[in-house]
Amino acid sequence: MPLPWILVFFPWFGAVVLALIPPRLGIGRYVNIGVAAGSLAIALALLGHPHGEQGWTRIDALNLPFVAVAALVGLTTAAFSAATLDAERFDALRIRAYHAAFQVFMGAQFLALVSDNLGVMWVAIEIATLASVLMVGAHGTPAAVEAAWKFFILCGVGIALALFGTILLYLAAQPVIGSGDPGLSWVALRAVAAHCDPGLLSLAFVFLLVGYGTKAGLVPLHSWLPDAEAEGPLPICAVLSGLLLNAALLAILRAEAIVGGNPAALPAGPFLIGFGMLSLLLAAFSLWRRRDARRLFAWSSIEHVGLATLAFGIGGVVANLAGILHLLGHALVKSGVFFAVGAAAQIKGSQKVQDIGGLAASHPALGWGLALGIAGLAGMPPFALFVSEFRLVTEVAARHPWLVLPVGIGLLMAAAALVRVLQALCLGEPTRDNPVPGAFALPGGLLWATVPVWLHLALAAALGFAAPAGFVALLRAGAEILG
Amino acid sequence: MSGFGSLAYDVSHLLGGGVLLLSFVLLYQRHIGAVINAFAVQGGLLAVAAAWQGWVQGAPGLYVTAVIAFGAKAVAIPLVLRLLIGRLGLHREVEPSLGIGASLLAAIGLVGLSVLVVLPVTAGGATPLTRVDLTIALSVVLLGMLAMIARRNAISQVVGLLSLENGLILGAVGVAGMPLVVELSTAALVLMVAVVAAVVVFQIRERLDTLDTSILDRQRGDA
Repeated sequence: MPLPWILVFFPWFGAVVLALIPPRLGIGRYVNIGVAAGSLAIALALLGHPHGEQGWTRIDALNLPFVAVAALVGLTTAAFSAATLDAERFDALRIRAYHAAFQVFMGAQFLALVSDNLGVMWVAIEIATLASVLMVGAHGTPAAVEAAWKFFILCGVGIALALFGTILLYLAAQPVIGSGDPGLSWVALRAVAAHCDPGLLSLAFVFLLVGYGTKAGLVPLHSWLPDAEAEGPLPICAVLSGLLLNAALLAILRAEAIVGGNPAALPAGPFLIGFGMLSLLLAAFSLWRRRDARRLFAWSSIEHVGLATLAFGIGGVVANLAGILHLLGHALVKSGVFFAVGAAAQIKGSQKVQDIGGLAASHPALGWGLALGIAGLAGMPPFALFVSEFRLVTEVAARHPWLVLPVGIGLLMAAAALVRVLQALCLGEPTRDNPVPGAFALPGGLLWATVPVWLHLALAAALGFAAPAGFVALLRAGAEILG
Repeated sequence: MSGFGSLAYDVSHLLGGGVLLLSFVLLYQRHIGAVINAFAVQGGLLAVAAAWQGWVQGAPGLYVTAVIAFGAKAVAIPLVLRLLIGRLGLHREVEPSLGIGASLLAAIGLVGLSVLVVLPVTAGGATPLTRVDLTIALSVVLLGMLAMIARRNAISQVVGLLSLENGLILGAVGVAGMPLVVELSTAALVLMVAVVAAVVVFQIRERLDTLDTSILDRQRGDA
């Protein structure tokens, strides 16, 4: 079996094992960490794998970095999840379902990233959606059920539209490519795009953009994201923001690369720029009004996905590189911030911003980690997001000067809102601790949160300023694939 | 084989039209049981349409799609939904959030829209059969969305989503030579969708004692 297939099937095998382990043994959480660690090992081994297709999957410079980051975030999330699980107060059945759903989600996530066949990619994203709906609704409280319902209905419609777009794409290619599997292969479609019917290609792109855009949380299709992030179990925030949005955006980029191959088809850039700007600006304003810390950072995810979409809309190797770097940096920093906020919420017994205060004084390792993470999200050095935003703004200034003003306003508004939140959460007088029973009761205590936070921050900084030359070359090759 | 007057074209046109007609029927039902019946008939018609396409295109794989569509959409899912309603003792009226006259008018507008979108775009390469099929499929998809918007009841929303997916399968079977992977997986996933939906619906019932999703809006926090 080719290595990329093992990457997909290993977590799914783990899911079956996790569903079978009796909860009274209490080892589910450690098995979950073990499976995630195994996935990371496979993902790192993939970095040395020759690029190319293996049936329905494909390894290239575009998806490899995302696979590596997804596997890493999966492992740290599994570790964080182990320490916060008791405080989530799941019953025995829910613990099994939750762990199994997590690994099903991870496997589907990997499949969505490595699939070459667009039909398979669609199936993978749908499986990831269903698994995350189950996880979001796991608490069963009215608010969690509402979040899961909204997520399910909106993403159900989105995923349906994406399938319609996939069918249209096949229909466009069919006269050139003929029947059968190659008609949905990304490589094959891309090669023949110039000879396909431009009208059908454009229609297909619109459906794919709106369909996968729902999953990527682009405004105005975003409204499920803040609810899902605020009401699901704590660790889910990290994988929703860090992984799911990336996979959906990558699906849009694959579609864009096909449609972009036909000069007569609708230009995709202006659509992406429009969605990106709208997401950036709405999120930048919304960040000021949020009182719930997890909803606030969900809005910040919408902002960052919007920025990346904007970068891809501008196009060209430099902007695409900025977009890829931004998505990777965001995945690392945002999941780190969600670990810190989640830990703080369990220590303080509330996820309202006003109830979490002065973390830097009361819990220095956690508080300063959170402060640095938020600063990173606001675009401050020394993290990858600073580098990508800097490159994006200079590229915008060079290519579309009229866009500089709105982009600048969006970035500044968002940064100012985040700095205000940083002060409220991390600095000032500590608020009273009111720990949720069972929070961080494992040996090691808060280390289960602080180690992942600082690890993510260190990697995000390294990604921005000290990435190994080989990895930079990989990112650049990925940007060139998008063209 | 294609063109007005040939049997293959006329029958698939008729079946597609039937599926679309049932999307309209879904929109004006006042009783939840009737909504589920209409959905079951739509699923059955979809299965016949898939089988017909399998015969016309000489693609035996489509028979599998037809059997799955029949089993899942005409039999299993309606049965599960009926059991759910019976077990929960729900009140049977559907509360529309959009009036029935207005929904039907909107539906006609949406069908017109899909004709305007699909026909000019496909004028170049596609066969007439595919063009009509795609127009009908898009109409069914849009009407499914309308049904979800126009109803507040959670089960009606699920039925709207499932009928939307009927439109997708109709589109997929009409395109000659579409790799089987898509249809099979769609059919299989619809089942999972229904399972998840049932679980979620069940939980709503458990927690809130109602299936009216507008109640849920009161549970939301700070948007």
